[in-house]
Amino acid sequence: MAIEVRIPTILRNFTGGAKAVEGSGESLADLLSDLDAKYSGLRGRLVTPEGGLHRFVNVYVNDEDVRFLGALDAKLSDGDTVTILPAVAGGAFGFAAAAAMLGNRL
Amino acid sequence: MLTIDRAIVDAIIAHARRDHPDEACGVIAGPAGSDQPLRHIAMENAERSPTFYRFDSMEQLRVWREMDDRDEEPVVIYHSHTATEAYPSRTDISLAGEPGAHYVLVSTREPDVEEIRSFRIVDGAVTEEPVRIVDATVDPHAVQTYMFGQSPTTVDYECSR
Repeated sequence: MAIEVRIPTILRNFTGGAKAVEGSGESLADLLSDLDAKYSGLRGRLVTPEGGLHRFVNVYVNDEDVRFLGALDAKLSDGDTVTILPAVAGGAFGFAAAAAMLGNRL
Repeated sequence: MLTIDRAIVDAIIAHARRDHPDEACGVIAGPAGSDQPLRHIAMENAERSPTFYRFDSMEQLRVWREMDDRDEEPVVIYHSHTATEAYPSRTDISLAGEPGAHYVLVSTREPDVEEIRSFRIVDGAVTEEPVRIVDATVDPHAVQTYMFGQSPTTVDYECSR
């Protein structure tokens, strides 16, 4: 089952510079495990130690944000395209306050 | 050094003033590898907050795909601070995810003062860079340079025309 995964610039050091790689899995969680076997460390940039998707990473299956598809449980099919984009976010809000609000997951 | 057209700077500042007191955010796209910010895309601040901004995830996907299709990249990523200086906050620094982009900040804290500064943010390190504003629509030789670390509190745009 081949799934195309589009890798953003900031994570291409894990993929040897490749903009897109192929992986497989029945769900996003499976896919990320499969990718981590080939591109060690990639999964850790997307998934928190508690096992949830990082708040400031956007992951899409085809045209949908996976947050609306069950996050890591999102189902995948052959031929799907998964796109990873770093969220573009910030602001004048103090770091300590933001960290508290976001559960120290910055 | 960020070299940017006066018309684009005006569009960024107009967007920031329009959304004040909420933070405004957007992208200036340019041909990949050119370092030329040419196409202004005002983005929605999904947070609608005076102290925080975040691109709407679906709008971001659409805009990033469009840039890919046009062989462009986000040359500038900008946002406004509405009560503080145009300098990256610790939140800005820890969330910066585009190492190739110029991070442009504008402040709208003073209604009559233009405050625009540019930074590189890579691996948590901030480096300010000069902003060179080129008035291409009036005269390609008319150039206003804001030097490193300066806030342009008074600028005479008439000087070189």
